[in-house]
Amino acid sequence: MDGYNFAYLDEQTKRMIRRALLKAVAIPGYQVPFASREMPLPYGWGTGGIQVTASIIGADDVLKVIDQGADDTTNAVSIRRFFARTAGVRTTERTAEATIVQTRHRIPEAPLRDDQIIVYQVPMPEPLRWLEARETETRKMHALAEYGVMHVKLYEDVARHGRIATAYDYPVMVSGRYLMRPSPIPKFDNPKMDRSPMLQLFGAGREKRIYAVPPYTTVRSLDFEDHPFDIQRWDQRCALCDAGDSFLDEVIVDDRGGRIFVCSDSD
Amino acid sequence: MTSLLAVPAAPGFADPVGDAQRAFRGLLDAIAHPGRIVSLDARVAAPAPLVPAAAAALLTLVDFETPLWLDAAAAAGDAPAWLRFHCGAPIVADPSPARFALVSDAAAMPRLDAFAPGEDAFPDRSATIIVQVGDLHAGDGWRLAGPGIETTCRLAVDGLPDWFADALRANRALYPCGVDLFLAAGDRIAALPRTTLVEG
Repeated sequence: MDGYNFAYLDEQTKRMIRRALLKAVAIPGYQVPFASREMPLPYGWGTGGIQVTASIIGADDVLKVIDQGADDTTNAVSIRRFFARTAGVRTTERTAEATIVQTRHRIPEAPLRDDQIIVYQVPMPEPLRWLEARETETRKMHALAEYGVMHVKLYEDVARHGRIATAYDYPVMVSGRYLMRPSPIPKFDNPKMDRSPMLQLFGAGREKRIYAVPPYTTVRSLDFEDHPFDIQRWDQRCALCDAGDSFLDEVIVDDRGGRIFVCSDSD
Repeated sequence: MTSLLAVPAAPGFADPVGDAQRAFRGLLDAIAHPGRIVSLDARVAAPAPLVPAAAAALLTLVDFETPLWLDAAAAAGDAPAWLRFHCGAPIVADPSPARFALVSDAAAMPRLDAFAPGEDAFPDRSATIIVQVGDLHAGDGWRLAGPGIETTCRLAVDGLPDWFADALRANRALYPCGVDLFLAAGDRIAALPRTTLVEG
C-alpha cells in the first residue's frame, strides 16, 4: 500500500462522499450531487461504485465484486484487485461471506442480509433523462414529484408492443416519493430491492450522483392495473446447476448454433 | 496574545484513517436503521462538553466545506479551538447556514426550524444536528417507523426538551426537506433521519 492512502481516495474526498451517503440514506431514492473524482480507470467502468466502496470499506471488510452476475469478468476482477492492492482487504466470490458486494448490472440470487451492503455501479442515474434532456427540468420534476411523463413512456410501450417492453433499468418508485433508476439490472432483480434487509448504495461517477435505498424500504416497479409488473421467465433450467428460479444467460457453445442456458450469478 | 498556530492540548483520532472509517460505518449503520443504538467505539479524548460519539462524528464528517454551529455551552470552552484545529470547519454564530450543528445542552437547544431544512430541489442541503443526550435505551419510549425499520422499533431518550417529539413530527411533515438528527450518549449514537415517523 506504499504511496497510497488506504483505499486510494484521500481523506477529504472520503468525508465529502460520506456526507453525501448519509444524506442519500436520509432521502431514499433522491440523487445527491457529489464531487466525483477522476479514478485510475475510465468513466463507465464503475468509477461511481468504486468511490462509494472506497469511502465505506475498512480493513475488516470482505469484498465481492460482480459484473453481470459473474466474479470472473474483466471489470469485476480488476476492481477486486484494485481494492486488494489499495486497501489490503480480503475478497471473496461467495455472496454469504461478503460484507460489501459491489455490482454491475445484477443483484446476487442469494438474498443479502441486514449486515451486508450492496454498491451498484450506475451509468445514468436520472430516470427521466432520455425523456427530458435538461437537468434544470428534471430537477424540478423530482421536486414536484411530477412523473407523468414516465407513465406516458410505459403506456407508449403498451400501445406499440402490447406490453411494457422495458426489460432492464426498469423504473421504480422509492418509498412512495422519488422515481429512481435501479441501474441496468434486469427487471428480474427489481423485486429483490423491495423491503430488503440490505443497505443499497448507488454511485454514478461520470454523472456525479450518489443515491441510496435504506433497508426495509418500499421499492415499487411502475406498472398499470391492466398491465401489472412481471419478471422474465424461462422454459429452461440452468444447464450447470439445474436451478429453476435464477436469471439465465443464453450461451452459444459451438459453431453450429448449439446453445445452453446457465445461471448469470456465478456463485 | 492568541497565536494563530495554537495547538490544542487534546489530540484527535489516534488513527485518523481507520478511526474515521469505523466511526463512519457506525453512523451509516445508525442512519440506515433509525432508532438502532450503535456504539462508535470512539477512542477520542475531546475537550468538555463533547462526548466521544459526538466528537467522533464531527471528526469524521466535518471539514472546511461545512459550516458548523455550536450551542452556547460548547462554544464557551476549549471545544471550538479543538474543532478548528482538527476539522478546519468555519464555526458560525447563526444556526441557519450551518450544515452541521452540535447541541451539548439539549434542554436549552433551539427549535429544529432554526436549522436549514434544505430546498425542494436540493433537500440534501439541510443541516445534520448532533444532540448530546443523557441516555439512550432501546425497547421502550417512542415508537418509530419508516424506511430502515422492518416494522416498528422503540427508542427512549433522556434529557430532551418536552417539545422534541412534536418538532420531529413537524420535521417529518416537511419531507423530502427536513433536518437529520444524531443523538449521542457517551460513545453510543442513534439516528433520527427526516423519514422516521415518531409516535408517543
